[in-house]
Amino acid sequence: MTLQTSASALGSHQRSRFLQRMRKIFRAFIRSPLAVFGVILLLAFIVLALFAPQISPQNPYDLDTLDIMDNMLPPGSELGTGITAWLGTDDQGRDLLSAILHGLRISIVVGVVSVFISCIIGATVGIGCAYLGGRVDTIAMRIVDLQLAFPTILIALMLLSVFGRGVDKVIIALVTVQWAYYARMMRGVALVEREKEYVDAAISFGAPQWRVMFRHLLPNCLPALIVIATIHIANAISLEATMSFLGVGVPVTEPSLGMLIANGYGYLLSGKYWISMFPGIALLLLVFSINLVGDRLREVTDPYSHSNAH
Amino acid sequence: MISFLLRRVLGGFAVLYVTVTLVFFSVFVLGNPVDVLMSNTTDPAEREAAIIRLGLDRPVLEQYFHFLWNAAHGDLGNSFVYGKPAMSVIFERLPATLELAIIAIIASILIGIPLGLTAGLKHRSAFNKIVMTGSIFGFSLPYFWVGLMLISVFAVQLHWLPSGGRGPTTSFLGLNWSITSLEGLTYVLLPAVTLALYKISLIIRISETSARNVNRQDYIRTAHARGVPPARIVAVHILKNAILPVITVLGIEFGTIIAYSVSVETVFSYPGMGKLLIDSVINTDRPVIIAYVCMTSFIFVTTNFLVDLLYAILDPRIRHSVSGA
Amino acid sequence: MGNILKQTISALALFGALAAYPATGQAADLKLGLMAPATTLDPHFTNAGQNLALATNFFDTLVRTDTDGKFVPGLAESWRIVDDETWEFKLRDTTFSDGSPLTAEDVVWSIERPATITSSTASLTIYTKAIIGKEIVDDHTVRLKTKGPYPLLLPDLSNIAIVSKNATQGLLTEDFRTGKGVVGTGPYKLVSYDPENRVVMEANEHFWGGKPDWDNVEIRFLPNDSARLSALLSGNVDAIENVPSSDIASLRENKDFTISEKTSYRFVFLFLDSGRETTPGITDNDGNPLTVNPLSDVRVRQAVNLAIDREAISARLMEGLALPTTNIVLKSMDGYLDTLTPTYDPERAKALLAEAGYPEGFHLNLLATNNRLMNDAKVSQAIAQMLTRVGIRTTLDSVPFSVITTRYSQGDVSTAMMSWPVPTSEASFPFRALIACPDKERGWGLVNWGHYCNPELDSTMAKALTLMDQGERTKTLEDAVRIIGSDVPIVPLYFQVSTWAARNGIDIAARSDERTSARIFTPAK
Repeated sequence: MTLQTSASALGSHQRSRFLQRMRKIFRAFIRSPLAVFGVILLLAFIVLALFAPQISPQNPYDLDTLDIMDNMLPPGSELGTGITAWLGTDDQGRDLLSAILHGLRISIVVGVVSVFISCIIGATVGIGCAYLGGRVDTIAMRIVDLQLAFPTILIALMLLSVFGRGVDKVIIALVTVQWAYYARMMRGVALVEREKEYVDAAISFGAPQWRVMFRHLLPNCLPALIVIATIHIANAISLEATMSFLGVGVPVTEPSLGMLIANGYGYLLSGKYWISMFPGIALLLLVFSINLVGDRLREVTDPYSHSNAH
Repeated sequence: MISFLLRRVLGGFAVLYVTVTLVFFSVFVLGNPVDVLMSNTTDPAEREAAIIRLGLDRPVLEQYFHFLWNAAHGDLGNSFVYGKPAMSVIFERLPATLELAIIAIIASILIGIPLGLTAGLKHRSAFNKIVMTGSIFGFSLPYFWVGLMLISVFAVQLHWLPSGGRGPTTSFLGLNWSITSLEGLTYVLLPAVTLALYKISLIIRISETSARNVNRQDYIRTAHARGVPPARIVAVHILKNAILPVITVLGIEFGTIIAYSVSVETVFSYPGMGKLLIDSVINTDRPVIIAYVCMTSFIFVTTNFLVDLLYAILDPRIRHSVSGA
Repeated sequence: MGNILKQTISALALFGALAAYPATGQAADLKLGLMAPATTLDPHFTNAGQNLALATNFFDTLVRTDTDGKFVPGLAESWRIVDDETWEFKLRDTTFSDGSPLTAEDVVWSIERPATITSSTASLTIYTKAIIGKEIVDDHTVRLKTKGPYPLLLPDLSNIAIVSKNATQGLLTEDFRTGKGVVGTGPYKLVSYDPENRVVMEANEHFWGGKPDWDNVEIRFLPNDSARLSALLSGNVDAIENVPSSDIASLRENKDFTISEKTSYRFVFLFLDSGRETTPGITDNDGNPLTVNPLSDVRVRQAVNLAIDREAISARLMEGLALPTTNIVLKSMDGYLDTLTPTYDPERAKALLAEAGYPEGFHLNLLATNNRLMNDAKVSQAIAQMLTRVGIRTTLDSVPFSVITTRYSQGDVSTAMMSWPVPTSEASFPFRALIACPDKERGWGLVNWGHYCNPELDSTMAKALTLMDQGERTKTLEDAVRIIGSDVPIVPLYFQVSTWAARNGIDIAARSDERTSARIFTPAK
């Protein structure tokens, strides 16, 4: 009875501490105008991506609405269906503005989902290895070695052969490739953290293993994880683009930003700049805004940064 | 330490064995090489003959044991496409990619580490802001896009550098090298810069983070308090400790370049290992795919081993836990 | 490491100087940028176009094809048909690049050699297996005996390089790596070979055709379209093959370069699974499988044929580098029918679909390559677009070729976009492979992915193949092609147009067989 009360008291205490910390982080975050700009940009992208089907002039995935007689028109041209293509059209007669809005959706989903899943797997394995050591560590790390040795393109092609092309296959391929990277990275960081006094302190207070790992080690490894994860959302979006470029990515009739760039890149030398330029700019801004936000988050979640400030 | 070494070597072999086995069975998913390579041949007798010639008619397990037996004797089979041992096909391409990787890594060390460490030590300065914001651009666009931009500026517009391919080579240690000549270097430069842009940004970010983390450790503060000159603190304490995560990442990145420089090599028509892999996958050149994965897993196992070793040497505190691993 | 850095810095410093070098070398030197790297210098290893094309620099064949695919004397000065099964070839009096004379023994050796290469996946024995007897009459006369009357001996022989027996005896394919064995009668001889990178050669002073046009030739392999084109634009190479279609318009306007185009013998077509009772990739509009295969109805196949706007594909996606067709051979070839012209009529297509019982259309899965044909990913999307517009809602799987072969072996192909060459310059070649009833004994219909079978058509073709009289054979082939035109076993789309581009001052002899060698480039007069 007393044990329960004290546990729940501890819980509510921790919750308020957590809220306090969040508030602090938020206040620190908005002190950087660049980061706020990043957030606004990123939110704008997310809204655009969410409502792409409603705001696009054309459904670029519906073959019935496309006409190759409208293809490669420069920005501002009017299509056969009466739509004005403000950003021009691509080689299939797709309105690039609509294609970019829909492409944003796919790129964001692929980037965020694949990194999120790989982070969870990688962080669990990495911290587990560093904390438990011994045989668990050895075996897990050898699996990581094994995974890193398997080329992305090979995994992507095998998935493609067995299941066909699709966004979900791209995500599976990306997770398969990336989790090992996080695991190795997190193990490196956690190994250093483990030697610090607060871990010993927690253990000596009799905290259970999972608690030491996830309540003490994890938060302190988090800044490193966020840096790597933001870099890797960008990386995952690029990797998806590369897979599409090499012919093993999303379906060609449902292009992501990366595939739009890949499709248009053959036309760069011939002066039809808009086909890959506009998707390129959209991708650049998207990745840039993600990174601005991630970068600031890293700064303000850093458990030591406030002590440095004084 | 000796038992640590022994265990790691044995573990490495286990990884190699499992990888090879996995890839051996996975390549069957990729399609039948005879159908892909004989696509213009209509003769069924010749098709059957080719299947028998290549041993593809035998049961999968028999093929597997046959392969293992030969592999144990150092023979990974003949390439279906090139008609010579798969390993020699790979070794022909290795120097091209090594050149690319070495130049890109050197560039990222020379540019990335000083910039990142400085930015990390002065993390409230304008310098930090500029470097860190700039580094974000470095990994914001896919390689093939950056590559194409560089081609259109430096090759097509300015005519300063070749647009692709590899330079003339000279033979050294039985392999063909191109960076031994000035002309050869001009060919490596653009793809290496394309690869390096990303690596530089990555190294800047990692070294900045670790420099900051190290800077506020107690022993650094103690050193400051004891009046150790700042230059010495940077050189001895911060550099040594901040460099650990950088080494981890560099080790992995080096292996990654060798294994996955596919898109850069494709854009620049650069005949390296990445391009070989994609060609072999497309042509279902099974022996080359298998040999390739053997090779990359060997590289990864070795670099990871070396990274751990460096860790142990540079940071005595974790020597114990490493030897436990 | 420091050394490399120093070199990098000096390389940087010297960019300006490099740019000032004359980009094209001396007048009699040629630098070529090719798309597909040859996989080996052994001309007998594999039946791959790029390997055979590279071999023509070093080697000759008994019979050569001219730019239009007609057969002309090569190392055989002349030939005659002794009887229905025996051909006699008179050899040129010439020597190999090492100075040794060409004899009948080298010819027999070269015809026998492909069968001795055991590591080949696509063996050249398909060109030699019809030859069952070889007789050396004298040093310069060879008689070849075939299994039954065999009118395709000349096309077959045009693929077999004549190598020096003395130089290649006992050599494995991998020994060619160092250039050993590359001793031929062609215009050039090998200087150095860096696999996948470059091949350097120089004039062969023993060449029977007179002094070769170039003193030195360097071939560079540049598979990426943009890299190849920009190598030409920046003066890194003098000539390239396969100009990317996206850039052909701007290159045509550039006065510093000449472009040469030639319709190739490769045509692109759709397989329609008409032979099976049900086919996996077709469903009704709600996604339920159909009990009857719509493609087995000739009206549906005709509707597909009429729904595709080949002119639009050629003009909008290929920049004119596609010659729309409903034939299976080119106009210059045996079996071409003038009356078969491409028609685009979406209204009639819809009417035919309604007549066949599909007024609302159906769902179709189209398989197409994305790494094999010029613009294949784009063209297949346009076809999906056009079929969707007449009511056949099409989903597209644009995948590497290896995936398509896997899907086929699992019986999972309903329609697919593929290509086929016509190296024999007559209609039976594509027919036997793609349309004939599958028959292992005869070797017919091996690539008949549509499972189409029309025994009557087969027997017409079989008859044509035994006719040694040219006129009669042509007439019989045309009869067969007429049936193909109305029954639509496959849907021919277009013949690809091959392109070459060179800086001014170089003439190009464009070829229909897609094979680029230094021989097709000559200094302009």
